[in-house]
Amino acid sequence: MFTTNLSEPVSNTGDYPLFAPTVVAAAPRAATIAPARRDETALADVLRHPGIWRRGSTKVPRSDTLSTGLADLDALLPGGGWPRGALIEILLAEDGLGECSLLLPALATLTQARKRVVLVAPPYIPYAPALAAAGVDLAQLVHIDSTASDTHWTAEQCLRAGCCGAVLNWLPRSDYRQLRRLQLAAETGGTFGFVFRPLSAAHEASPAALRLRLEPGEAQPRLEILKCRGRFGEPSHALGLRA
Amino acid sequence: MFWVCLHYPRLALEALHSDVPADRPHAVVDGPQQRRHVVLANAIANKVGVRARQPLASAQLLCPRLAVTPRDEAAERQALASLADHAYRYSADVSIAGADTLFLEVGASLKLFGGWPALERRMREDIDRLGYACTLAAAPTATAARVFATCRSAIALPELAQLPLALDAAPIVASSLDPKIVAALHGMGMRTLGDLFRLPRAELARRIGQPALDHLDRMRGLVAETLPRWQPPPRYARRIEFGYGIESHTALAFPLQRLVREFAQFLAARDGGVQRFAIELGHERDACTRIDIGLLAPQRDAASLLELARARLERVELVAPVHALALRADDLPPLCPLHRDLFETNRREQLDWPALAERLRARLGDGALQGIACVADHRPDRAWRFVALCANRPVVPATSMSRPFWLLHRPLPLRGRPTRVLAGPERIESGWWDESDQRRDYYVIETRDGQRAWAFVEMGQAPGRDAPWTLQGWFA
Repeated sequence: MFTTNLSEPVSNTGDYPLFAPTVVAAAPRAATIAPARRDETALADVLRHPGIWRRGSTKVPRSDTLSTGLADLDALLPGGGWPRGALIEILLAEDGLGECSLLLPALATLTQARKRVVLVAPPYIPYAPALAAAGVDLAQLVHIDSTASDTHWTAEQCLRAGCCGAVLNWLPRSDYRQLRRLQLAAETGGTFGFVFRPLSAAHEASPAALRLRLEPGEAQPRLEILKCRGRFGEPSHALGLRA
Repeated sequence: MFWVCLHYPRLALEALHSDVPADRPHAVVDGPQQRRHVVLANAIANKVGVRARQPLASAQLLCPRLAVTPRDEAAERQALASLADHAYRYSADVSIAGADTLFLEVGASLKLFGGWPALERRMREDIDRLGYACTLAAAPTATAARVFATCRSAIALPELAQLPLALDAAPIVASSLDPKIVAALHGMGMRTLGDLFRLPRAELARRIGQPALDHLDRMRGLVAETLPRWQPPPRYARRIEFGYGIESHTALAFPLQRLVREFAQFLAARDGGVQRFAIELGHERDACTRIDIGLLAPQRDAASLLELARARLERVELVAPVHALALRADDLPPLCPLHRDLFETNRREQLDWPALAERLRARLGDGALQGIACVADHRPDRAWRFVALCANRPVVPATSMSRPFWLLHRPLPLRGRPTRVLAGPERIESGWWDESDQRRDYYVIETRDGQRAWAFVEMGQAPGRDAPWTLQGWFA
């Protein structure tokens, strides 16, 4: 078993990426031996590492993503889509705002590539004709019944195993530690971990790589990016969901 | 061919479940009530002159303290079958001969076990561990191996050419010929098999008959042997009794591990797998607790079987102290190993998913993991169903009408009025033939909170005014 790292900065409220910009100093001994030009290329090599992001650059770090199917949303997300191997939190006020349809293009892509999609204890019945019409291959869809006390365990097992393409979770009550475990499990398994939570959780700290808020708007629901790993600038973006 | 003969000369005594103390003379007897004779006597009885085939009256004269037990042939057969089961790991050609002898053809397994010396060492270790007195001999024919084993000479003779010479000095008593023929030959002054082999064939055939002559020919490898092949039983049952009651799951973990390990060894020996097995907890008074474990596919890996068994056991409440632990499997299907494609890209997924599914099922219950399929029906609540994960799904043409992502478990009356009707009505009228006739007009509506819902009113009624809205799904 692993232990949760409690020294993790809990105060991270979501507007900043989890990794801080790293400053890499050139090794002084190398500077005395090698000519200055080679030293610069060495530094550039180090800075080209995908884990390092410099505040001044406009280029976002490259990461493994899957298109959301919505051009507007893709444009706002670093890498142009849902980040793989991370927790993606969708906070919503009510059911029926189009929160699942938001994922349908990604689920269709995954299932058609013969990746399993697991629904852990969904609140209603996922309606097969709607899924099939959206292009989801039902043979790759697994519905798991689990009691409230086992939901987190089930989600973690599915995320960690690495044999599921995406795991969809409905977690009305979960604390930072539980979410942190799920985030680490998703990183280990390289799985898309979608978590649906009530809007009241928007003010809590979360280890998720991406947090989206879905609210009913005047004409159509508004999608707002609360937190996005690897993106700076405007803290939140809103876009209309239904054209 | 290279046959090993395992001869258990004291099986009649060792297979008995008797409570005669070891330091008392003891004999197993057989025969009709009036003419009982000794089958086998223990060492103390032998010392005072009790011998096999002695009438019981003579034996009791020689040794008045003799404890007498009638022969239990069923127990002997059972013991020999379990010994054959044990020997099956060394050879697929195991044969039971008579009441106390096993034959194994090991010529084909020598390479696997690293040659005869290594195999013999392993078999002798097994003999020591099982605790039955046993003599072991090997020869190119099974009958000859039996002669050597009966003479208690631990010989291993690989060459057929050396066989007549080695058999020459063996006594006729050891040849497992009919006792009457042996007695007749003794009367003629024959003592060893060499004496017999030197006689002219035609005369020998006249004296001892053709079947006995064939037996001698098979012994020398002149005629091929046919032996009935023993088949391992198609079920498994093993029980561990404790002398005390166990009240915690942790204390059960160790005996469980032992049971499952032995079970996995048994499965490996018969090259099979298991799909359903049961663990039984025996209590002193209460009825035993039975835990059924079903797997999605046959398995035999000890570690994963143990993990599953432990997960199920931990979720069972111990109603009373456990006095015995048993493992039972009645159906042992052949194992089909996972096929691995050399060029398969998502190999890891193929291998990890069964393990994950079993782990989830062990904790959440057998029915927790399900697939979803479309059904060709227009009624919304019948247009889908849960199916088994690996089931084939029927191909159903996709509907062009908009359908919600979520379907409610049962339709609910809508609270409040919808702000807008976005689409509809779509009339769904079906099911007059199966008692659940539905005639409904379906609408896509938007609620006050901005949710999109799928709701219906009964057919032909104006929504909102005289008919209530009923909610059936969310466009999530």
